[in-house]
Amino acid sequence: MTQDLAQGVNARGRAKIGARTLRTDRWWLAPVLTVTGLTLWVIYAVVRASMQSDYFVPAYHYLSPFSSPCLSDSCVAGSSLFGTPFGAWPPLIPFAILTLPFLLLFRLSCYYYRKAYYRSYWQSPPACAVAEPHKKYTGETRAPLILQNAHRYFWYAAVIISLINTWDAVEAFHGKGGGIGFGLGTLIMVVNVVLLWGYTLGCHSCRNITAGRLTHFSRHPIRYGLWQQVSRLNAHHMGFAWATLASLVVTDLYIALVAGGAFSDFRFFN
Amino acid sequence: MTYDGHFRVWRGDDGGELVDYTVEVNEGEVVLDIIHRLQATQTPDLAVRWNCKAGKCGSCSAEINGHPRLMCMTRMSIFEEADTITVTPMRTFPVIRDLVTDVSYNYEKARQIPAFEPPADLEPGEYRMAQVDVGRSQEFRKCIECFLCQDVCHVIRDHEDNKAAYAGPRFFIRAAELAMHPLDARNDRATFARDQQGVGLCNITKCCTEVCPENITITDNAIIPMKERVVDRHYDPLVWLGNKIRRREH
Ligand code: SF4
Ligand code: SF4
Ligand code: FES
Ligand code: FES
Repeated sequence: MTQDLAQGVNARGRAKIGARTLRTDRWWLAPVLTVTGLTLWVIYAVVRASMQSDYFVPAYHYLSPFSSPCLSDSCVAGSSLFGTPFGAWPPLIPFAILTLPFLLLFRLSCYYYRKAYYRSYWQSPPACAVAEPHKKYTGETRAPLILQNAHRYFWYAAVIISLINTWDAVEAFHGKGGGIGFGLGTLIMVVNVVLLWGYTLGCHSCRNITAGRLTHFSRHPIRYGLWQQVSRLNAHHMGFAWATLASLVVTDLYIALVAGGAFSDFRFFN
Repeated sequence: MTYDGHFRVWRGDDGGELVDYTVEVNEGEVVLDIIHRLQATQTPDLAVRWNCKAGKCGSCSAEINGHPRLMCMTRMSIFEEADTITVTPMRTFPVIRDLVTDVSYNYEKARQIPAFEPPADLEPGEYRMAQVDVGRSQEFRKCIECFLCQDVCHVIRDHEDNKAAYAGPRFFIRAAELAMHPLDARNDRATFARDQQGVGLCNITKCCTEVCPENITITDNAIIPMKERVVDRHYDPLVWLGNKIRRREH
Protein backbone atom coordinates (compact mmCIF):
# COMPACT_ATOMS: atom_id res chain seq x y z
CA MET A 1 0.00 0.00 0.00
CA THR A 2 2.99 2.30 -0.13
CA GLN A 3 3.39 4.88 -2.82
CA ASP A 4 5.15 3.50 -5.85
CA LEU A 5 5.66 6.33 -8.26
CA ALA A 6 7.92 4.16 -10.42
CA GLN A 7 4.79 2.33 -11.58
CA GLY A 8 2.82 5.52 -11.83
CA VAL A 9 3.76 9.08 -12.77
CA ASN A 10 7.42 8.11 -13.01
CA ALA A 11 6.88 4.89 -14.94
CA ARG A 12 9.37 4.00 -17.67
CA GLY A 13 9.31 6.35 -20.62
CA ARG A 14 7.48 9.15 -18.84
CA ALA A 15 9.23 12.38 -17.88
CA LYS A 16 10.97 11.51 -14.59
CA ILE A 17 9.83 14.55 -12.71
CA GLY A 18 9.90 12.76 -9.37
CA ALA A 19 7.42 14.85 -7.41
CA ARG A 20 4.06 13.34 -6.51
CA THR A 21 2.45 16.49 -7.85
CA LEU A 22 3.59 19.91 -8.99
CA ARG A 23 0.37 21.54 -7.91
CA THR A 24 0.96 24.65 -5.83
CA ASP A 25 -2.59 25.28 -4.66
CA ARG A 26 -4.22 23.87 -1.52
CA TRP A 27 -5.35 20.63 -3.13
CA TRP A 28 -5.44 18.90 0.27
CA LEU A 29 -8.16 21.20 1.60
CA ALA A 30 -11.14 19.53 -0.09
CA PRO A 31 -10.33 16.01 1.15
CA VAL A 32 -9.70 17.31 4.68
CA LEU A 33 -13.06 19.11 4.71
CA THR A 34 -14.84 16.03 3.34
CA VAL A 35 -13.37 13.69 5.94
CA THR A 36 -14.17 16.15 8.72
CA GLY A 37 -17.73 16.76 7.57
CA LEU A 38 -18.64 13.13 6.95
CA THR A 39 -16.98 11.84 10.12
CA LEU A 40 -18.71 14.40 12.34
CA TRP A 41 -22.03 13.61 10.71
CA VAL A 42 -21.66 9.87 11.20
CA ILE A 43 -20.74 10.33 14.86
CA TYR A 44 -23.78 12.55 15.40
CA ALA A 45 -26.07 10.11 13.61
CA VAL A 46 -24.83 7.05 15.50
CA VAL A 47 -25.17 8.79 18.86
CA ARG A 48 -28.63 10.15 18.15
CA ALA A 49 -30.03 7.03 16.54
CA SER A 50 -28.97 4.88 19.49
CA MET A 51 -29.92 7.32 22.26
CA GLN A 52 -33.58 6.27 22.29
CA SER A 53 -34.59 9.57 23.84
CA ASP A 54 -35.75 13.08 22.87
CA TYR A 55 -36.84 12.06 19.40
CA PHE A 56 -40.53 12.91 19.63
CA VAL A 57 -42.59 15.95 20.56
CA PRO A 58 -46.06 14.54 21.39
CA ALA A 59 -47.87 17.88 21.41
CA TYR A 60 -47.18 18.55 17.70
CA HIS A 61 -46.23 15.07 16.47
CA TYR A 62 -42.65 15.98 15.59
CA LEU A 63 -40.73 12.75 14.98
CA SER A 64 -37.00 12.79 14.31
CA PRO A 65 -35.92 11.23 10.99
CA PHE A 66 -33.30 9.24 12.93
CA SER A 67 -36.10 7.37 14.74
CA SER A 68 -38.62 7.06 11.95
CA PRO A 69 -40.46 4.83 11.57
CA CYS A 70 -40.58 4.01 15.26
CA LEU A 71 -41.47 0.33 15.33
CA SER A 72 -40.80 -0.70 18.93
CA ASP A 73 -43.05 -1.06 21.97
CA SER A 74 -40.43 1.11 23.66
CA CYS A 75 -41.37 4.08 21.47
CA VAL A 76 -43.05 7.06 23.14
CA ALA A 77 -46.83 6.88 22.90
CA GLY A 78 -48.06 8.39 19.64
CA SER A 79 -44.76 8.16 17.78
CA SER A 80 -45.42 4.81 16.13
CA LEU A 81 -47.41 5.61 13.03
CA PHE A 82 -46.94 2.18 11.56
CA GLY A 83 -47.57 0.02 14.63
CA THR A 84 -45.04 -1.76 16.81
CA PRO A 85 -44.65 -5.20 15.29
CA PHE A 86 -41.37 -6.00 17.03
CA GLY A 87 -42.11 -5.68 20.73
CA ALA A 88 -39.77 -3.89 23.11
CA TRP A 89 -36.22 -2.89 22.15
CA PRO A 90 -33.04 -3.38 24.19
CA PRO A 91 -31.06 -0.18 24.78
CA LEU A 92 -28.81 1.28 22.03
CA ILE A 93 -30.67 -0.37 19.17
CA PRO A 94 -32.10 2.41 16.97
CA PHE A 95 -35.88 2.44 16.81
CA ALA A 96 -35.58 2.89 13.04
CA ILE A 97 -33.46 -0.24 12.68
CA LEU A 98 -35.55 -1.38 9.74
CA THR A 99 -34.80 1.65 7.58
CA LEU A 100 -31.45 3.05 8.71
CA PRO A 101 -29.30 0.27 7.16
CA PHE A 102 -30.94 0.88 3.78
CA LEU A 103 -30.38 4.61 4.04
CA LEU A 104 -26.77 3.99 4.94
CA LEU A 105 -26.25 1.66 1.98
CA PHE A 106 -28.14 4.08 -0.28
CA ARG A 107 -25.77 6.89 0.58
CA LEU A 108 -22.69 4.68 0.61
CA SER A 109 -23.40 3.51 -2.93
CA CYS A 110 -24.46 6.95 -4.20
CA TYR A 111 -22.30 8.08 -7.11
CA TYR A 112 -21.59 11.40 -5.42
CA TYR A 113 -20.62 10.00 -2.02
CA ARG A 114 -18.49 7.39 -3.75
CA LYS A 115 -16.50 10.18 -5.34
CA ALA A 116 -16.32 11.98 -2.01
CA TYR A 117 -15.01 9.10 0.08
CA TYR A 118 -12.78 7.58 -2.59
CA ARG A 119 -11.06 10.92 -2.86
CA SER A 120 -10.88 11.75 0.82
CA TYR A 121 -10.79 8.63 3.02
CA TRP A 122 -9.21 6.36 0.44
CA GLN A 123 -7.08 9.02 -1.31
CA SER A 124 -7.76 7.47 -4.67
CA PRO A 125 -6.90 10.06 -5.88
CA PRO A 126 -6.69 12.71 -3.11
CA ALA A 127 -7.01 15.41 -5.76
CA CYS A 128 -6.65 15.61 -9.52
CA ALA A 129 -3.09 15.09 -10.74
CA VAL A 130 -1.90 14.17 -7.25
CA ALA A 131 -0.53 10.64 -7.16
CA GLU A 132 -2.44 8.22 -4.97
CA PRO A 133 -0.64 6.17 -2.30
CA HIS A 134 -1.75 2.73 -3.48
CA LYS A 135 0.27 0.19 -5.37
CA LYS A 136 -2.58 -1.78 -6.86
CA TYR A 137 -5.82 -0.41 -8.17
CA THR A 138 -8.80 -2.40 -9.39
CA GLY A 139 -11.48 0.29 -9.16
CA GLU A 140 -15.00 -1.05 -8.89
CA THR A 141 -14.35 -4.31 -10.73
CA ARG A 142 -14.04 -6.66 -7.74
CA ALA A 143 -15.74 -7.48 -4.45
CA PRO A 144 -16.63 -5.60 -2.36
CA LEU A 145 -16.76 -2.52 -4.58
CA ILE A 146 -18.50 -4.31 -7.42
CA LEU A 147 -21.55 -4.27 -5.11
CA GLN A 148 -21.85 -0.55 -5.85
CA ASN A 149 -23.78 -1.79 -8.87
CA ALA A 150 -26.71 -2.53 -6.55
CA HIS A 151 -27.25 1.19 -5.99
CA ARG A 152 -30.63 1.25 -7.76
CA TYR A 153 -32.03 -1.29 -5.33
CA PHE A 154 -31.15 0.94 -2.40
CA TRP A 155 -32.73 3.76 -4.33
CA TYR A 156 -36.03 1.84 -4.46
CA ALA A 157 -35.82 1.47 -0.68
CA ALA A 158 -34.97 5.15 -0.29
CA VAL A 159 -38.08 6.17 -2.23
CA ILE A 160 -40.25 4.22 0.22
CA ILE A 161 -38.43 5.74 3.17
CA SER A 162 -38.83 9.23 1.71
CA LEU A 163 -42.55 8.58 1.56
CA ILE A 164 -42.48 7.70 5.27
CA ASN A 165 -40.56 10.91 6.00
CA THR A 166 -43.14 12.82 3.99
CA TRP A 167 -45.90 11.31 6.10
CA ASP A 168 -44.00 12.38 9.22
CA ALA A 169 -43.90 15.94 7.90
CA VAL A 170 -47.66 15.85 7.22
CA GLU A 171 -48.22 14.61 10.78
CA ALA A 172 -46.18 17.59 12.02
CA PHE A 173 -49.07 19.87 11.06
CA HIS A 174 -50.74 18.83 14.34
CA GLY A 175 -51.84 21.67 16.53
CA LYS A 176 -51.85 21.81 20.32
CA GLY A 177 -54.70 19.63 21.56
CA GLY A 178 -55.70 18.45 18.06
CA GLY A 179 -56.61 20.30 14.88
CA ILE A 180 -54.18 21.86 12.49
CA GLY A 181 -51.18 23.80 13.64
CA PHE A 182 -47.94 25.14 12.25
CA GLY A 183 -44.70 25.78 14.09
CA LEU A 184 -41.02 26.26 13.36
CA GLY A 185 -40.63 22.49 13.80
CA THR A 186 -43.19 21.89 11.05
CA LEU A 187 -41.32 24.23 8.74
CA ILE A 188 -38.00 22.52 9.45
CA MET A 189 -39.49 19.10 8.81
CA VAL A 190 -41.06 20.21 5.53
CA VAL A 191 -37.81 21.77 4.30
CA ASN A 192 -35.99 18.59 5.25
CA VAL A 193 -38.41 16.44 3.29
CA VAL A 194 -38.26 18.69 0.23
CA LEU A 195 -34.46 18.45 0.27
CA LEU A 196 -34.64 14.67 0.75
CA TRP A 197 -36.80 14.39 -2.35
CA GLY A 198 -34.42 16.65 -4.24
CA TYR A 199 -31.60 14.32 -3.33
CA THR A 200 -33.48 11.06 -3.94
CA LEU A 201 -35.07 12.04 -7.26
CA GLY A 202 -31.82 13.53 -8.54
CA CYS A 203 -30.15 10.14 -8.25
CA HIS A 204 -28.18 8.91 -11.25
CA SER A 205 -29.97 5.56 -11.16
CA CYS A 206 -33.31 7.37 -11.20
CA ARG A 207 -32.05 9.29 -14.22
CA ASN A 208 -31.28 6.00 -15.95
CA ILE A 209 -34.62 4.49 -14.98
CA THR A 210 -36.81 7.41 -16.11
CA ALA A 211 -35.44 7.52 -19.65
CA GLY A 212 -31.64 7.59 -19.56
CA ARG A 213 -31.44 4.02 -20.78
CA LEU A 214 -33.61 4.66 -23.86
CA THR A 215 -32.23 5.53 -27.27
CA HIS A 216 -35.45 7.11 -28.55
CA PHE A 217 -36.71 9.89 -26.30
CA SER A 218 -39.11 10.81 -29.10
CA ARG A 219 -41.10 7.58 -28.62
CA HIS A 220 -41.51 8.13 -24.86
CA PRO A 221 -42.50 11.77 -24.30
CA ILE A 222 -43.63 11.29 -20.69
CA ARG A 223 -40.50 9.46 -19.64
CA TYR A 224 -38.43 12.04 -21.50
CA GLY A 225 -40.17 14.83 -19.61
CA LEU A 226 -39.42 13.11 -16.31
CA TRP A 227 -35.81 12.58 -17.37
CA GLN A 228 -35.45 16.28 -18.03
CA GLN A 229 -36.70 17.12 -14.52
CA VAL A 230 -34.48 14.46 -12.94
CA SER A 231 -31.52 15.78 -14.93
CA ARG A 232 -32.11 19.25 -13.53
CA LEU A 233 -31.98 17.91 -9.97
CA ASN A 234 -29.08 15.64 -10.87
CA ALA A 235 -26.92 18.59 -11.87
CA HIS A 236 -27.09 19.70 -8.19
CA HIS A 237 -26.73 16.25 -6.70
CA MET A 238 -23.65 17.12 -4.68
CA GLY A 239 -25.42 20.17 -3.27
CA PHE A 240 -28.42 18.07 -2.26
CA ALA A 241 -26.12 15.43 -0.76
CA TRP A 242 -24.62 17.96 1.66
CA ALA A 243 -27.81 19.97 2.18
CA THR A 244 -29.68 16.86 3.29
CA LEU A 245 -26.93 15.90 5.74
CA ALA A 246 -27.30 19.37 7.23
CA SER A 247 -31.10 19.35 7.22
CA LEU A 248 -31.25 15.93 8.86
CA VAL A 249 -29.08 17.17 11.71
CA VAL A 250 -31.01 20.43 12.04
CA THR A 251 -34.34 18.58 12.11
CA ASP A 252 -33.18 16.05 14.65
CA LEU A 253 -31.44 18.61 16.83
CA TYR A 254 -34.42 20.94 16.88
CA ILE A 255 -36.75 18.11 17.85
CA ALA A 256 -34.26 16.90 20.49
CA LEU A 257 -34.06 20.35 22.05
CA VAL A 258 -37.82 20.88 22.08
CA ALA A 259 -38.49 17.33 23.34
CA GLY A 260 -35.80 17.72 25.99
CA GLY A 261 -37.34 20.96 27.18
CA ALA A 262 -34.43 23.28 26.29
CA PHE A 263 -36.99 25.65 24.73
CA SER A 264 -40.50 25.36 23.45
CA ASP A 265 -41.49 25.22 19.79
CA PHE A 266 -42.01 28.57 18.09
CA ARG A 267 -45.63 28.47 16.88
CA PHE A 268 -46.86 30.44 13.89
CA PHE A 269 -50.35 29.11 14.29
CA ASN A 270 -52.00 26.93 16.97
CA MET B 1 2.19 45.93 -18.73
CA THR B 2 5.36 43.94 -19.32
CA TYR B 3 7.40 42.03 -16.77
CA ASP B 4 10.00 39.29 -16.57
CA GLY B 5 8.31 36.05 -15.56
CA HIS B 6 9.95 33.02 -13.97
CA PHE B 7 9.45 29.69 -15.65
CA ARG B 8 10.60 26.12 -15.14
CA VAL B 9 10.27 23.99 -18.24
CA TRP B 10 10.94 20.29 -18.72
CA ARG B 11 13.85 19.80 -21.13
CA GLY B 12 14.95 16.51 -22.62
CA ASP B 13 13.45 13.07 -22.79
CA ASP B 14 12.47 10.82 -19.87
CA GLY B 15 15.82 11.48 -18.24
CA GLY B 16 15.56 15.22 -18.72
CA GLU B 17 15.22 17.93 -16.08
CA LEU B 18 13.35 21.08 -15.17
CA VAL B 19 15.29 24.11 -16.38
CA ASP B 20 14.79 27.67 -15.12
CA TYR B 21 14.18 30.51 -17.56
CA THR B 22 13.30 34.16 -17.29
CA VAL B 23 11.01 35.27 -20.11
CA GLU B 24 9.22 38.50 -20.91
CA VAL B 25 5.48 38.46 -20.31
CA ASN B 26 3.10 40.99 -21.89
CA GLU B 27 -0.46 41.84 -21.08
CA GLY B 28 -3.06 39.54 -22.61
CA GLU B 29 -0.68 36.64 -23.23
CA VAL B 30 -1.19 32.95 -22.67
CA VAL B 31 1.35 30.34 -21.60
CA LEU B 32 1.83 29.19 -25.20
CA ASP B 33 2.97 32.75 -26.11
CA ILE B 34 5.67 32.49 -23.48
CA ILE B 35 6.79 29.09 -24.75
CA HIS B 36 7.00 30.55 -28.26
CA ARG B 37 9.00 33.52 -27.03
CA LEU B 38 11.32 31.18 -25.18
CA GLN B 39 11.79 29.22 -28.39
CA ALA B 40 12.38 32.39 -30.42
CA THR B 41 14.84 34.04 -28.06
CA GLN B 42 16.63 31.44 -25.93
CA THR B 43 16.01 27.80 -26.84
CA PRO B 44 15.45 27.35 -30.58
CA ASP B 45 15.41 23.57 -30.13
CA LEU B 46 12.54 23.51 -27.58
CA ALA B 47 9.99 20.93 -28.79
CA VAL B 48 6.32 21.86 -28.42
CA ARG B 49 3.22 20.69 -30.24
CA TRP B 50 0.61 23.26 -31.19
CA ASN B 51 -1.60 24.26 -34.10
CA CYS B 52 -4.58 26.54 -33.64
CA LYS B 53 -3.81 28.69 -30.61
CA ALA B 54 -7.58 28.83 -30.17
CA GLY B 55 -8.34 25.85 -27.95
CA LYS B 56 -9.77 23.85 -30.82
CA CYS B 57 -7.09 21.51 -32.15
CA GLY B 58 -6.17 19.81 -28.89
CA SER B 59 -2.43 19.81 -29.62
CA CYS B 60 -0.93 21.97 -26.90
CA SER B 61 -1.84 19.84 -23.87
CA ALA B 62 0.68 20.06 -21.05
CA GLU B 63 0.79 20.44 -17.28
CA ILE B 64 1.07 23.92 -15.87
CA ASN B 65 1.88 24.09 -12.17
CA GLY B 66 0.79 20.49 -12.03
CA HIS B 67 -2.62 21.09 -13.67
CA PRO B 68 -3.35 19.37 -16.98
CA ARG B 69 -4.26 22.26 -19.29
CA LEU B 70 -4.13 23.62 -22.82
CA MET B 71 -1.20 26.03 -23.00
CA CYS B 72 -3.05 28.22 -25.49
CA MET B 73 -6.04 28.62 -23.17
CA THR B 74 -4.13 29.34 -19.98
CA ARG B 75 -3.94 33.08 -19.50
CA MET B 76 -0.89 34.52 -17.81
CA SER B 77 -3.21 36.83 -15.87
CA ILE B 78 -4.25 33.97 -13.56
CA PHE B 79 -0.73 34.03 -12.08
CA GLU B 80 1.02 36.58 -9.92
CA GLU B 81 4.08 38.31 -11.36
CA ALA B 82 6.29 36.75 -8.69
CA ASP B 83 5.09 33.19 -9.32
CA THR B 84 7.36 30.57 -10.81
CA ILE B 85 5.35 28.76 -13.46
CA THR B 86 6.27 25.15 -14.09
CA VAL B 87 5.47 23.67 -17.50
CA THR B 88 5.91 19.94 -18.04
CA PRO B 89 4.74 17.44 -20.61
CA MET B 90 1.69 15.31 -19.75
CA ARG B 91 2.83 12.81 -17.13
CA THR B 92 0.69 9.86 -18.14
CA PHE B 93 2.24 9.32 -21.57
CA PRO B 94 5.83 8.62 -22.61
CA VAL B 95 7.76 11.81 -23.31
CA ILE B 96 9.41 12.16 -26.70
CA ARG B 97 11.22 15.40 -26.02
CA ASP B 98 10.60 18.52 -23.96
CA LEU B 99 6.86 19.18 -23.97
CA VAL B 100 5.96 16.60 -26.61
CA THR B 101 4.54 13.24 -25.55
CA ASP B 102 3.70 10.08 -27.42
CA VAL B 103 -0.08 9.81 -27.22
CA SER B 104 -0.46 6.72 -29.41
CA TYR B 105 -2.07 4.84 -26.48
CA ASN B 106 -5.17 6.90 -27.21
CA TYR B 107 -5.27 6.04 -30.88
CA GLU B 108 -4.93 2.36 -30.10
CA LYS B 109 -7.90 2.58 -27.73
CA ALA B 110 -9.90 4.51 -30.34
CA ARG B 111 -9.33 1.82 -32.97
CA GLN B 112 -10.68 -0.92 -30.73
CA ILE B 113 -14.21 0.53 -30.52
CA PRO B 114 -16.60 -1.12 -33.01
CA ALA B 115 -17.77 1.53 -35.46
CA PHE B 116 -21.35 2.80 -35.75
CA GLU B 117 -23.47 0.05 -37.26
CA PRO B 118 -26.49 1.20 -39.28
CA PRO B 119 -29.73 -0.79 -39.18
CA ALA B 120 -29.75 -3.56 -41.78
CA ASP B 121 -32.97 -2.39 -43.42
CA LEU B 122 -31.85 1.17 -44.15
CA GLU B 123 -29.84 2.33 -47.16
CA PRO B 124 -27.45 5.24 -46.83
CA GLY B 125 -29.51 8.38 -47.31
CA GLU B 126 -32.50 6.89 -45.55
CA TYR B 127 -31.30 7.55 -41.99
CA ARG B 128 -33.73 9.79 -40.11
CA MET B 129 -33.19 10.94 -36.56
CA ALA B 130 -35.14 13.37 -34.37
CA GLN B 131 -33.22 16.16 -32.68
CA VAL B 132 -34.36 15.09 -29.18
CA ASP B 133 -32.82 11.69 -29.81
CA VAL B 134 -29.38 12.99 -30.73
CA GLY B 135 -29.25 15.99 -28.39
CA ARG B 136 -27.48 14.14 -25.60
CA SER B 137 -24.67 12.89 -27.84
CA GLN B 138 -23.95 16.27 -29.32
CA GLU B 139 -22.22 17.27 -26.10
CA PHE B 140 -19.73 14.46 -26.67
CA ARG B 141 -19.03 15.59 -30.23
CA LYS B 142 -17.41 18.73 -28.83
CA CYS B 143 -14.37 16.68 -27.86
CA ILE B 144 -11.15 18.09 -29.36
CA GLU B 145 -9.07 15.04 -28.45
CA CYS B 146 -6.63 16.95 -26.31
CA PHE B 147 -6.38 13.84 -24.09
CA LEU B 148 -6.14 15.94 -20.94
CA CYS B 149 -8.85 13.76 -19.42
CA GLN B 150 -6.80 10.69 -20.26
CA ASP B 151 -3.75 12.37 -18.74
CA VAL B 152 -5.43 13.21 -15.44
CA CYS B 153 -7.23 9.89 -14.97
CA HIS B 154 -5.56 8.25 -11.98
CA VAL B 155 -6.47 4.76 -13.23
CA ILE B 156 -3.63 4.94 -15.73
CA ARG B 157 -1.73 7.97 -14.51
CA ASP B 158 -0.89 6.22 -11.24
CA HIS B 159 -0.96 2.65 -12.54
CA GLU B 160 0.88 1.99 -15.78
CA ASP B 161 -0.21 -1.65 -15.60
CA ASN B 162 -3.87 -0.67 -16.09
CA LYS B 163 -3.26 0.73 -19.57
CA ALA B 164 -3.83 -2.59 -21.29
CA ALA B 165 -7.30 -3.09 -19.75
CA TYR B 166 -8.52 0.51 -19.69
CA ALA B 167 -9.72 2.82 -22.44
CA GLY B 168 -10.14 6.02 -20.42
CA PRO B 169 -12.71 8.83 -20.22
CA ARG B 170 -12.31 10.13 -23.77
CA PHE B 171 -13.40 6.72 -25.05
CA PHE B 172 -16.16 6.29 -22.52
CA ILE B 173 -17.82 9.33 -24.06
CA ARG B 174 -17.44 7.69 -27.46
CA ALA B 175 -18.99 4.52 -26.02
CA ALA B 176 -21.86 6.55 -24.53
CA GLU B 177 -22.42 8.37 -27.81
CA LEU B 178 -22.82 5.06 -29.64
CA ALA B 179 -24.89 3.47 -26.88
CA MET B 180 -27.31 6.43 -26.96
CA HIS B 181 -27.35 6.57 -30.77
CA PRO B 182 -30.93 6.12 -32.04
CA LEU B 183 -29.81 4.19 -35.12
CA ASP B 184 -26.89 2.13 -33.89
CA ALA B 185 -27.78 -1.52 -34.45
CA ARG B 186 -25.31 -3.07 -32.00
CA ASN B 187 -26.66 -4.00 -28.60
CA ASP B 188 -23.35 -4.99 -27.03
CA ARG B 189 -22.08 -1.49 -26.27
CA ALA B 190 -22.42 -1.89 -22.49
CA THR B 191 -20.78 -5.30 -22.53
CA PHE B 192 -17.92 -3.89 -24.59
CA ALA B 193 -17.54 -1.01 -22.12
CA ARG B 194 -17.29 -3.45 -19.24
CA ASP B 195 -15.16 -6.18 -20.75
CA GLN B 196 -12.96 -4.40 -23.28
CA GLN B 197 -12.85 -0.80 -22.07
CA GLY B 198 -12.66 -1.44 -18.34
CA VAL B 199 -15.33 1.08 -17.34
CA GLY B 200 -15.48 -0.67 -13.94
CA LEU B 201 -11.99 0.60 -13.17
CA CYS B 202 -13.23 4.18 -13.19
CA ASN B 203 -14.23 5.20 -9.68
CA ILE B 204 -16.14 8.29 -10.85
CA THR B 205 -13.88 10.73 -9.02
CA LYS B 206 -14.50 13.28 -11.79
CA CYS B 207 -11.01 14.59 -12.54
CA CYS B 208 -11.68 14.11 -16.26
CA THR B 209 -14.68 16.43 -15.96
CA GLU B 210 -12.61 18.96 -14.03
CA VAL B 211 -9.92 19.29 -16.69
CA CYS B 212 -11.93 19.03 -19.92
CA PRO B 213 -11.36 22.30 -21.84
CA GLU B 214 -14.63 21.75 -23.71
CA ASN B 215 -16.50 21.45 -20.40
CA ILE B 216 -17.98 18.11 -21.37
CA THR B 217 -19.73 16.61 -18.34
CA ILE B 218 -17.81 13.39 -18.91
CA THR B 219 -18.54 11.62 -15.64
CA ASP B 220 -22.20 12.52 -15.10
CA ASN B 221 -23.40 12.40 -18.69
CA ALA B 222 -21.28 9.61 -20.18
CA ILE B 223 -19.49 7.41 -17.65
CA ILE B 224 -22.27 7.04 -15.09
CA PRO B 225 -24.88 6.38 -17.80
CA MET B 226 -22.53 3.70 -19.18
CA LYS B 227 -22.12 2.19 -15.71
CA GLU B 228 -25.90 2.16 -15.36
CA ARG B 229 -26.20 0.42 -18.73
CA VAL B 230 -23.71 -2.17 -17.55
CA VAL B 231 -25.92 -2.74 -14.50
CA ASP B 232 -28.99 -3.01 -16.76
CA ARG B 233 -27.27 -5.67 -18.81
CA HIS B 234 -25.27 -7.62 -16.30
CA TYR B 235 -26.21 -6.92 -12.69
CA ASP B 236 -29.92 -6.20 -12.48
CA PRO B 237 -32.12 -9.31 -12.41
CA LEU B 238 -35.30 -7.22 -12.69
CA VAL B 239 -34.28 -5.51 -15.92
CA TRP B 240 -33.14 -8.85 -17.28
CA LEU B 241 -36.49 -10.40 -16.42
CA GLY B 242 -38.42 -7.47 -17.87
CA ASN B 243 -36.55 -7.72 -21.15
CA LYS B 244 -37.15 -11.46 -21.31
CA ILE B 245 -40.87 -11.00 -20.84
CA ARG B 246 -41.37 -8.05 -23.15
CA ARG B 247 -38.56 -8.89 -25.61
CA ARG B 248 -38.20 -5.22 -26.12
CA GLU B 249 -35.45 -3.14 -27.54
CA HIS B 250 -34.40 -0.14 -25.43
S1 SF4 C 1 -14.08 9.93 -13.31
FE1 SF4 C 1 -13.29 7.93 -13.95
S2 SF4 C 1 -12.53 8.28 -16.02
FE2 SF4 C 1 -12.78 10.29 -15.08
S3 SF4 C 1 -10.76 10.74 -14.24
FE3 SF4 C 1 -11.97 9.80 -12.60
S4 SF4 C 1 -11.48 7.61 -12.68
FE4 SF4 C 1 -10.81 8.53 -14.64
S1 SF4 D 1 -13.23 14.79 -23.47
FE1 SF4 D 1 -12.47 16.85 -23.06
S2 SF4 D 1 -10.51 16.52 -22.01
FE2 SF4 D 1 -11.05 14.59 -22.97
S3 SF4 D 1 -10.02 14.60 -24.94
FE3 SF4 D 1 -12.09 15.41 -25.28
S4 SF4 D 1 -11.90 17.62 -25.07
FE4 SF4 D 1 -10.03 16.73 -24.20
S1 FES E 1 -26.46 8.75 -7.31
FE1 FES E 1 -26.60 9.75 -5.42
S2 FES E 1 -28.41 8.87 -4.68
FE2 FES E 1 -28.16 7.74 -6.50
S1 FES F 1 -2.95 25.07 -29.95
FE1 FES F 1 -4.81 24.16 -30.56
S2 FES F 1 -5.71 23.74 -28.63
FE2 FES F 1 -3.95 24.83 -28.05
